[in-house]
Amino acid sequence: MARVLVGVKRVIDYAVKIRVKPDKTGVVTDGIKHSMNPFDEIAIEEAVRMKEKKIAQEVIAVSCGPSQSQDTIRTALAMGADRGIHVEISGPEYQTLQPIHISKILAKLAQQEKADLVILGKQAIDDDNNQTAQMTAGVLDWPSGTFCSKIENKSGELTITREIDGGLETIKMKAPAVLSADLRLNEPRYATLPNIMKAKKKPIKKMTPKDLGVDVTPRIEVLSVEDPPVRQAGAIIPDVDTLITKLKEGGHV
Amino acid sequence: MFSTYARALRATNKFSSSLARYESTLVIAEHNNETLLPITCNTLTAATKVGGDVTLLVAGTKCEAVAQNACKAKGVSKVLLADSDAFKGFTAESLTPLILKLCGEHKFTHVLAGASAFGKALLPRVAAKLDVSPVSDIIGIKAPDTFVRAIYAGNAIQTIKSKDNVKVVSVRGTSFELLPLEGGSAKCENVPTGDYTANQVEYIKQELSKSDRPELTSAKVVISGGRGMKSGENFKLLYTLADKLNAAVGASRAAVDAGFVPNDLQVGQTGKIVAPNLYIAVGISGAIQHLAGMKDSKTIVAINKDPEAPIFQVADYGLVADLFKAVPELTEKL
Repeated sequence: MARVLVGVKRVIDYAVKIRVKPDKTGVVTDGIKHSMNPFDEIAIEEAVRMKEKKIAQEVIAVSCGPSQSQDTIRTALAMGADRGIHVEISGPEYQTLQPIHISKILAKLAQQEKADLVILGKQAIDDDNNQTAQMTAGVLDWPSGTFCSKIENKSGELTITREIDGGLETIKMKAPAVLSADLRLNEPRYATLPNIMKAKKKPIKKMTPKDLGVDVTPRIEVLSVEDPPVRQAGAIIPDVDTLITKLKEGGHV
Repeated sequence: MFSTYARALRATNKFSSSLARYESTLVIAEHNNETLLPITCNTLTAATKVGGDVTLLVAGTKCEAVAQNACKAKGVSKVLLADSDAFKGFTAESLTPLILKLCGEHKFTHVLAGASAFGKALLPRVAAKLDVSPVSDIIGIKAPDTFVRAIYAGNAIQTIKSKDNVKVVSVRGTSFELLPLEGGSAKCENVPTGDYTANQVEYIKQELSKSDRPELTSAKVVISGGRGMKSGENFKLLYTLADKLNAAVGASRAAVDAGFVPNDLQVGQTGKIVAPNLYIAVGISGAIQHLAGMKDSKTIVAINKDPEAPIFQVADYGLVADLFKAVPELTEKL
């Protein structure tokens, strides 16, 4: 039976229209609604389903970030994770935290906690990097199953369906492995009120990158963050004939 | 005598410092053992923008023809061919040790690949092994160490400077021109393939969606359908129109989740990024996540019966109409 480590990230809620700071150092995050990265919800759901099928024995939710990241871990616990680990990183160090740092932290934790599987979301919707799972697998020298839309686990042998550009791909690997969840892997459950109450009693261990011997010195410097170019407002046209005329004028047809 | 020695030493110093500035880029080719995929040609253009030498690695199984063809790419100085059964399925686990070995031998300053499912799966693993922080999905190059990329589903543009000695970078295909596969005469070199079989992972099969229409990410015209299409059957309306316009067909997440079309047609933050000359959004409301995948299109047309739909805020031409009337009419009149 496997022990599963799941990484969860606290990000600005997907429905929020973000604003770039006037000084161009980043986006406004203060007082903005945050929630769990949608891909991480899918990762947690998959791990909890493994536990329900008695393939997994324990699900550990990990989040790296400021104290508010604990809320994200609580959400994971309410969805069915057994315990949490909060790797506290705040202030300027958090601003410059990169997947390279997270992957080293996750790799250390996977070893310490004797995890057989690490499941992560395929990308965080804030930095849109799509790197952490692949890098964690690299650090650990484990195989990686990226962009999973189906995971079948028979006594440690994993059959994975991956979403690739032209369709789907099937690969096989043995645990230990790192997997990343794509949108269509599952439909995450809502945490029920009784489960939210129960989650308050589940343990969250607090650590720092230093405890794990991970150096979080930035490797990338953000020079500026700006608004994307604004598209010129278009026109509402009355009918299909006008549309065809416009398309002809534009040389499209 | 002493002064001669000192002069020689100075000259060597000068030489080594100029060497340090000299860029040398490895591009990992994406191909299907028969032909290079277009995104590789976009990536080669990005590589030429970095400056310095460009080397292309073609690793695969029975892919010599791909390498020979790639030698014609303008601006490529060398093509490395690694042909082995080990690279079946192009797994990151088998390709990473090969790339690491080449990085060690050739001291590349940059490793580039297209930001496709292939490049996204591979490059971060390579970066982890090199202990460098990779840069994903760049849309611009300001300097050999300074890149531009989109964050928050394309709602902010970030300029970043990489401090690592090797820059591992994936390239957004739609942001760079295709490098023509002509006018070049690179040398093709065989790379000793050694033992790269990845025992950790076994490639089983691919199930690719077959279509006669152009490929979504490189099509000049894209027609996408959303929830408003109501069923998979109704997508036929778009296929008929697409055939008239020689267009690719895409979809919003809602249409994919509802099972109207397969997920490899999804356009958006988590699907494909397209930037065709003409994008026609049919029955798509225009959520942030969808706009992320198409708002760099040259001309955007929206057909939607809801005049409040956010898609109209980015559309050059908006038609407020029932798509089940407007689309057949458009097909007929074209």
